[in-house]
Amino acid sequence: MAVPVQKTDNVTSLPSPKANAKPAEVVALPARKSEGRSKRIVARLKDIAANTVPPLLVVGLILVVWQIGFARPGASLPAPSVIWAEAKDLILDPFFVMGPQDIGLGLRVLTSLERVAVGFGLAAVVGVLLGALVGQSVWATRGLDPIFQVLRTVPPLAWLPISLAAFRDANPSAIFVIFITAIWPIIINTAVGIRNIPQDYRNVAEVLRLNTFEFFFKIMVPSAAPYIFTGLRIGIGLSWLAIVAAEMLTGGVGIGFFIWDAWNSSKLSDIIVALLYIGVVGFALDRLVAAIGSLVTRGTAAS
Amino acid sequence: MHAYLKLDHIDKSFIRAGQTTEVLKDISLTIDQGEYVSIIGHSGCGKSTLLNLIAGLTQVTAGAVLLENREVNAPGPERAVVFQNHSLLPWLTVYENVKLAVDKVFSGRKSRAERHDWIMANLDLVQMGHAKDKRPSEISGGMKQRVGIARALAMEPKILLLDEPFGALDALTRAHLQDSVMDIHARLKNTMIMITHDVDEAVLLSDRIVMMTNGPAARIGEVLAVDLPRPRKRLDLVSDSRYIAAREAVLRFLYERHRLVEAA
Repeated sequence: MAVPVQKTDNVTSLPSPKANAKPAEVVALPARKSEGRSKRIVARLKDIAANTVPPLLVVGLILVVWQIGFARPGASLPAPSVIWAEAKDLILDPFFVMGPQDIGLGLRVLTSLERVAVGFGLAAVVGVLLGALVGQSVWATRGLDPIFQVLRTVPPLAWLPISLAAFRDANPSAIFVIFITAIWPIIINTAVGIRNIPQDYRNVAEVLRLNTFEFFFKIMVPSAAPYIFTGLRIGIGLSWLAIVAAEMLTGGVGIGFFIWDAWNSSKLSDIIVALLYIGVVGFALDRLVAAIGSLVTRGTAAS
Repeated sequence: MHAYLKLDHIDKSFIRAGQTTEVLKDISLTIDQGEYVSIIGHSGCGKSTLLNLIAGLTQVTAGAVLLENREVNAPGPERAVVFQNHSLLPWLTVYENVKLAVDKVFSGRKSRAERHDWIMANLDLVQMGHAKDKRPSEISGGMKQRVGIARALAMEPKILLLDEPFGALDALTRAHLQDSVMDIHARLKNTMIMITHDVDEAVLLSDRIVMMTNGPAARIGEVLAVDLPRPRKRLDLVSDSRYIAAREAVLRFLYERHRLVEAA
């Protein structure tokens, strides 16, 4: 009984506050706008602070504990202050060139990135094509899928001896290891994406009589793009894991070999700085692929 | 005069896990050029299968679909389909969705500028020219279906196949789109076949209503000619005795003689 009474009450009282508020709002508008802007900036800063302050605090805490724990003489690992003293040049100047084997870590990372770019680029192209084949054809799935499932569990470095034997050179072998490591998640995710193309899109393609190429570029790739980018993102992460290990064994000027070299000459500080570089670059690679993915697949989500 | 579209003793059965299910049995129907034919029946009676057969998206088990005396056994743009759930490609804009069809159908026959004009002409025909740069996710359901119709019309089809085109829309949007389709049919005089389960929609739009019996092995139960002058006005028809009679005939068929027996 009480509900309908309340309802009519609401309806009748609705127009009056609105009418009152209207002129007041117009007068207040310009003042409110600037106020709103500064408020928004403060809110934005708060937002940024909320995201950056906690990790900075944790990093600071770790450094302090680390410093206290390893500051005594004869410690097994160098304390942060020791690292800073010994490897300051590596941290501050990533791009120095002192000789053919004595270059900044930034340059070493770039050499490694070049290998990753070639290996991962090949893996992306071949992986998407193979994934499309496996996703599209039942017989290709039956023939290839079991092989993929077995090969993808082989650890990256297990491929290295065979590729060294096949290519007889360190650089293509390292690239092959990247390729073979990154390709499996790309194939598998692409295949899933292709299998999930809605029948509607296939019908549209059939009515329009799109040929295989048109179907691949106009329907398959855009429709499966979110899956493909999931695969690429996993793939780039694995590539970066594999390149460091592969370079330790193959030598050259990459960041992986730098670590091995530093270990052999007992420069622990250098190793720790190199680890930081690797982590930051790996993180950046992951974010880069994710960003490209969200740019490319914007609007792809069906509605 | 030979028939424009002829369905000649069509049977359709699906084989799944060794079991054969008969969906359609001995369907024969002829449709003239410029005719608007609705196919109505309870859900599961195979009316969508029938449309897919005409579209060529599925193959007949026996019999044949003949368009201008030539057998149809593959999909093609001369039998454009307006899909039930619009099937616009979400990564393309409204304009690009129609462009995909126009570029494919008219490549080599129309210049780039002509194709652009043709795309815009079709978008304007369904009153969607203003939203040409929007993506499907940014427009309403009714607007998406309009673009779907524009895409199908842009293929300049001999027959336009509409698979429950207004099924997912609210009643007001649906009425609005029905008026648009009637208007387009009056202007372009194209042949249209529409699947529906809405009796009023069938009577309002069609020259003939094909009523299907319930499956399995559904047949054409009855064909009703709707003898109402065009252009038809929704409001005038409400009290028109011929409209009421046609409506009653379809309702009697669906709910008296071929009532859907729900599986227990």
